[in-house]
Amino acid sequence: MALSAAFDEMNGGENGLRNAYRAYGKWLDGVPPERLIEKHQQADLIFQRLGVTFSVYGNDEGTERLIPFDVIPRILDAEEWKVVSTGVCQRVRAINAFLDDIYHEQHILKAGRIPATLILNNPAFRPEVLGLDLPRGVYVHVAGIDVVRVSAKEFYVLEDNARVPSGVSYMLENRETMMRLFPELFAAHSVAPVNHYPEALLRTLRASAPRGTADPTVVVLTPGHFNSAYFEHAFLAQQMGVDLVEGSDLFVDDDALYMRTTDGPSRVDVIYRRIDDDFIDPLAFDPNSMLGVPGLLSVVRNGGVSLANAIGTGIADDKAVYTYVPEMIEFYLGEKPILSNVPTYKLGEEDDRAYVLEHLDELVVKEVAGSGGYGMLVGPASTVEERFEFKNKILANPDGFIAQPTLGLSTCPTLVNGEIAPRHVDLRPYVLTGESTTVVPGGLTRVALREGSLVVNSSQGGGTKDTWVLEG
Amino acid sequence: MLGRTANNVYWMARYIERAENMARLLASTYYMSLLPVAGGNDVGEWESALRLGGDREDFLSRYDEVTAAKAMAYMALDADNPNSIRATIRNARENARATRTALTTEVWEGLNETYLELERMSYAKMIDQGFSEFFDWVKERSHLFRGAVYGTMRRGDAFTFSRLGTFIERADNSARVLATKWEMLTPKSGKPLGAEDYYRWGALLRAFSAFKAYREVYSGIIEPKRVAELLVLRADMPRSLLACINELTEILGQLRGNAPCTLLAGQARDQMRRNRIDGILRSGLPRYLGSFINRNNELHAMIGKEFMLVL
Repeated sequence: MALSAAFDEMNGGENGLRNAYRAYGKWLDGVPPERLIEKHQQADLIFQRLGVTFSVYGNDEGTERLIPFDVIPRILDAEEWKVVSTGVCQRVRAINAFLDDIYHEQHILKAGRIPATLILNNPAFRPEVLGLDLPRGVYVHVAGIDVVRVSAKEFYVLEDNARVPSGVSYMLENRETMMRLFPELFAAHSVAPVNHYPEALLRTLRASAPRGTADPTVVVLTPGHFNSAYFEHAFLAQQMGVDLVEGSDLFVDDDALYMRTTDGPSRVDVIYRRIDDDFIDPLAFDPNSMLGVPGLLSVVRNGGVSLANAIGTGIADDKAVYTYVPEMIEFYLGEKPILSNVPTYKLGEEDDRAYVLEHLDELVVKEVAGSGGYGMLVGPASTVEERFEFKNKILANPDGFIAQPTLGLSTCPTLVNGEIAPRHVDLRPYVLTGESTTVVPGGLTRVALREGSLVVNSSQGGGTKDTWVLEG
Repeated sequence: MLGRTANNVYWMARYIERAENMARLLASTYYMSLLPVAGGNDVGEWESALRLGGDREDFLSRYDEVTAAKAMAYMALDADNPNSIRATIRNARENARATRTALTTEVWEGLNETYLELERMSYAKMIDQGFSEFFDWVKERSHLFRGAVYGTMRRGDAFTFSRLGTFIERADNSARVLATKWEMLTPKSGKPLGAEDYYRWGALLRAFSAFKAYREVYSGIIEPKRVAELLVLRADMPRSLLACINELTEILGQLRGNAPCTLLAGQARDQMRRNRIDGILRSGLPRYLGSFINRNNELHAMIGKEFMLVL
């Protein structure tokens, strides 16, 4: 899809500037590009000094890189945010109800609304936690819902990240940096604050403690400082004022979990874990994992400690299960979905497969289990060879893939090589579920910096922007 | 706090202190090497510095011969020399990064900036800006680190283990530098000190920031015995061995009064307070320093066992 045809967040209004950008657009008009470039360089220095970096897998091991940050914000007005925020919260409420159901009575399968084989034969389904009652029935305490926009009124959900969604530290640091660089803009706009996210996260985690825990001890569990998202783990632990632990700092004793401290063992009640299910307990899952805690699952099963997110949430962010989220919303909440799903072809189904293989150059093909923009074919931007390679991959394992039409993602003005040019963006709001389901006003806007590119992942050359929600 | 975190904070402080002491050693050696020497061969100073700051064989395998320039490049910027300033700052930063939740923003950002600036440093730039300026910069960054620790960190475990790291490392480095330099500087025969010796002992005192203090305390010409007394037994000299052991005893006493490491530190302090410099010199300063270093290592191991679950 050509860039000129895409809906632009700033300039896509009927008479030019859209409502949300009315004041900002005027300001931007009066700013010489040199000043923006200078601010851009300052931002890089700030991020470098803070150590806001991520490590890239694959090439040079252990290299730290900055995620490119763009100084032009993505702005939503109060009305637009209302649609997005109620929409993502609705999805997360449905997903939690769904998880509680499939690990208990499985009503939705019995009612035939979702094929049982899709769930029960799925590697992300964890029979180990069947029948386990979680505090408040919450499975997904932190969700990152990827939303894209194609026109003034149309938002689509691309993905519900229900395992260990990352990126929230960039939402917070981007805001900090913008406030340092452009204080005058914040004085002139009433931008809804996001800085209370760590506080809200801590409250969510404490609310998830095993029943009867008076003053729960919360920790953040990280794979360690070589992990690509280590900065975020450390950042959140520090902001919440809790310990950042690695698997080797924890041990199980007599149905309880402890951390090794300078004063001896100390009890842990809630783990905000940033490690996948597979690695969390070598006794229960991957026996080669050095990252987890042996025996953790049995403590979880006996209600001695809570995990956030719970074990087994991966079944809800499987790309094939995704297609049934609207179904879940109707089944559990009795509501109409506020946000649309992207129409999805399941390549395990013959008709769909035949259509997709004919139209590979128009569609986006994704691996069901892939993430981070890896294992993905963007049809319109692909070469004949790439399409041929993907065709073979699909035929070898049709159930492992889905395909979606290429959406005309909205664009947002972005500083590229010293000039302002439109680039495609998405949005990931972070939804918390403790006593209730809430979302801080904003999220992480990711931007595809290459002209025409639709892939916004940082591992694939994407950047980020601050996301402003204007107050009513 | 977590045992692992205590260990990281402790090593962070040790590595920063090590970098500072390396800068002190190099600055002092550089200064001495600028002095005229009888015979015209001045690499002796660098040979002795190499014994302290690296592995001679490793050095020769990559640099062929000992020269001032090569020795400085090896000990300041060579990442493959684990004792170089670059390597120790990297280690300090890696330890800080592994436990940045325990640090204040000021401590982390200061250390991270030191690291970033040093990563951009090359030998050509070091020549360009001047060796002394570079060594001064390393010392200043270390002062900044300590100042940020003192000025911003809550008096809790992270602060305490950082201080422990600083003084264990300083005790070790001070003793090693003094032992090596002592052997180089002490006249073999009983001949009196010449003008040249005066500069050499002066350079040693400067390596400990003790030149002025010597003048204040002794107000006389520089005598080796008094230099030794100042750097070993003066409790009011912040880089002396007794000062280090005093600090360690106090910190450990507050942390856990009856722990084996605390008792050992206390014994060492009491013994040092009874020592007199004449007695130490009679039985040999290098021997005295050798047993000091061994006991310091033992203290380090006991601290690890007691608090950091290092087995």
